Amino acid sequence: MRASVGAALAALFFTGLFPGEARAHLVTTGLGPFYDGISHFALTLEDLLPVLALALLAGLSGPRSGRMVLFALPVAWISGGLLGLSRSSELLMPVLTASTLLVLGALVALDRKLPLGLVAGLAAALGLFHGYLNGTAKLGALGLSGVAVTLCVVVALAAAFVVSLRAPWSRIAVRVAGSWLVAISMLMLGWTFRAG
Amino acid sequence: MQRLPALFLAAAHIQPGEASGFLTGFLHPISGLDHVLAMIAVGLWGAQLGPPAVWILPITFPMVMALGGTLGLMGVALPGVEVGIAISALVLGILVLAEARPPLAIAAVVVGFFAIFHGHAHGTELPAGESGLLYSVGFVVATGCLHAVGIALGLLNRWSSGRTALRAAGAVVALSGVAFLVRALA
Repeated sequence: MRASVGAALAALFFTGLFPGEARAHLVTTGLGPFYDGISHFALTLEDLLPVLALALLAGLSGPRSGRMVLFALPVAWISGGLLGLSRSSELLMPVLTASTLLVLGALVALDRKLPLGLVAGLAAALGLFHGYLNGTAKLGALGLSGVAVTLCVVVALAAAFVVSLRAPWSRIAVRVAGSWLVAISMLMLGWTFRAG
Repeated sequence: MQRLPALFLAAAHIQPGEASGFLTGFLHPISGLDHVLAMIAVGLWGAQLGPPAVWILPITFPMVMALGGTLGLMGVALPGVEVGIAISALVLGILVLAEARPPLAIAAVVVGFFAIFHGHAHGTELPAGESGLLYSVGFVVATGCLHAVGIALGLLNRWSSGRTALRAAGAVVALSGVAFLVRALA
């Protein structure tokens, strides 16, 4: 079971690493807006990485936190998306996305057991912000539904995987992953403010 | 552009250069012997020191290196970068050779200090036109893999002959550091 969860996470990871043709905006899959939402999320590392970080954090904080994120994140994401549907703004997106990843990655690396309310607050904030950006990208209500379903799958797999870890070294491996996310976010900030 | 499976054709908010970004970022840290030897030495030293240094040092290095990379990307000048990188190989090699066992905080500061130079060098050398995010992912993953190689080699530390081999590896890294230093100062 654990191996299959790991394989699913690995497949998701590499799907994100090797996207297809480079396009500047939303591209339809030809399968409908619901699947457009799924592919949008799976191929947008700016969305995927913070969600993975949050799922790892929830897993480190225990099963109750995992269940809370499983509920709070998709609801907040859809709410934010609906708010953003009638707006068009990508102001500070790279900075905010990198900052989100920085905070979540640092919390994973520190491996502090967070109160349930704080985890829920982080999930709500992440969902509202990224959902809003999805909304401004004109993903549509059905597309947002596709994202929400994918969120549930990703959070459930990643958080359950971390919760199931028993060996001390495996928990350290999750913390190392958190430190990598911090490093990635700092480089993203550097790219945003790149000189010249 | 690389042609990839039809499954991945639907791309959203993906910037030009993304397909090659990960690969370019992954190859960057392993393209220079000075970087490679220093990062492997960090893993070797961590393995010699044992837990928790075996994972704290490889966590410290990428994070501080990313900070250095950010400074480089933002155009913040850092004097003597190449000399710093050469000295990092020299010092880390000597530490492995001597099986030095300073307090964990000191070890982390030493590793973090040198990571700034490595990160800054990478930050100023990053090519334009790549996806920043995927480049960063590749860059960090490659760095982590190099540390993992060092830690894996460090498992030899369990045996006395392995311990000698690790110290010999430290000597090789230190001698390479001398060569890098001569080149940097030339």
